[in-house]
Amino acid sequence: MHRMIVVAWLLGIATLAHGADIGQVKVVKGHVTIERAGRSIPVTAGMRVEASDVVKTGADGSVGITMTDNSLLSAGPDSVLALDRYEFDDVTSAGRFDASLRQGTLAVVSGRLAKQSGDAMKVHTPSAILGVRGTEFVVRVGDAH
Amino acid sequence: MRTERGVRAFAALLAVLLAACATQERVILLPEAGGRTPSLAVSQHGRDVLLDHPYAATELTVADPWRYEATPQEVRDTFGAALAAQPARAAFFTLNFVEGSDQLTADSAQALEAMFAEVAKRPVRDIVVIGHTDAVGSDEYNDQLALKRAQAVRAMLATRGIPEQDIVAVGRGKRELLVPTPDGVAEPRNRRVEIVVR
Repeated sequence: MHRMIVVAWLLGIATLAHGADIGQVKVVKGHVTIERAGRSIPVTAGMRVEASDVVKTGADGSVGITMTDNSLLSAGPDSVLALDRYEFDDVTSAGRFDASLRQGTLAVVSGRLAKQSGDAMKVHTPSAILGVRGTEFVVRVGDAH
Repeated sequence: MRTERGVRAFAALLAVLLAACATQERVILLPEAGGRTPSLAVSQHGRDVLLDHPYAATELTVADPWRYEATPQEVRDTFGAALAAQPARAAFFTLNFVEGSDQLTADSAQALEAMFAEVAKRPVRDIVVIGHTDAVGSDEYNDQLALKRAQAVRAMLATRGIPEQDIVAVGRGKRELLVPTPDGVAEPRNRRVEIVVR
């Protein structure tokens, strides 16, 4: 029993240490930046994303990201996509993923998190919450009138 | 009669007003590539709309989510750029190993070539290699063997010019048997490395 707790604790540490890398930018077109810790970083293909990153695309921009649970997120021009929260246990597929589309267009293919639990992955818009249950879908948040 | 016409006129006016001032968000469910049953629960102000078939869509207004059927044309027109930026889906491969060793079985040669071909197609890649064993031997022995198998696959990828930094190799020992067996049972299908190419 004691040994199991130690193992669980070690796994927890491993998850935290590895938590910084939650996905990778696979596709970049035009002007794309990530806001991270108060800084705006130009995005290049191959860059790793982290929890709390806010991805912004310009008028000519689009971006495609693959998360470590194999889910795919891609945003069109003039979009603001926040990766609010991401926890993923690669062994059990348990965890949680919250992303927010504040503006623009987003295409989603869900991955292992949503497959494992219907409550694990949520995409937020300014007015709604989308509960993802093994799904491909698109979301648009238009300019306010 | 007159009241009914009045109600209808009011409803029409309301619909126009809502459309004019508040239709900013929409959600469209797409057909599934994998043939799974798609489902998306859209929750707004505590009200749920369940999208449960391809092109089922909802437009979120200030009042209530308004359900409609979208078209492939609308998806192309509005989401063409987002869909064009969608990364390639993850691809999965399994390679089998000779008992107690990190040598591939002869049967795995084809899967190995298929994996190399998939990796070569992707300009920006990250690869996860997970080694497994059958249930013969101790945990310690199998943890080491599983890791050796994963590292062998990483070395094979390196010979094809894939940098090690693109590859995570881990061993799970005998904890995740593909074919459940009692402890101590030799089972060729459990002696494997699973590879995810993203």
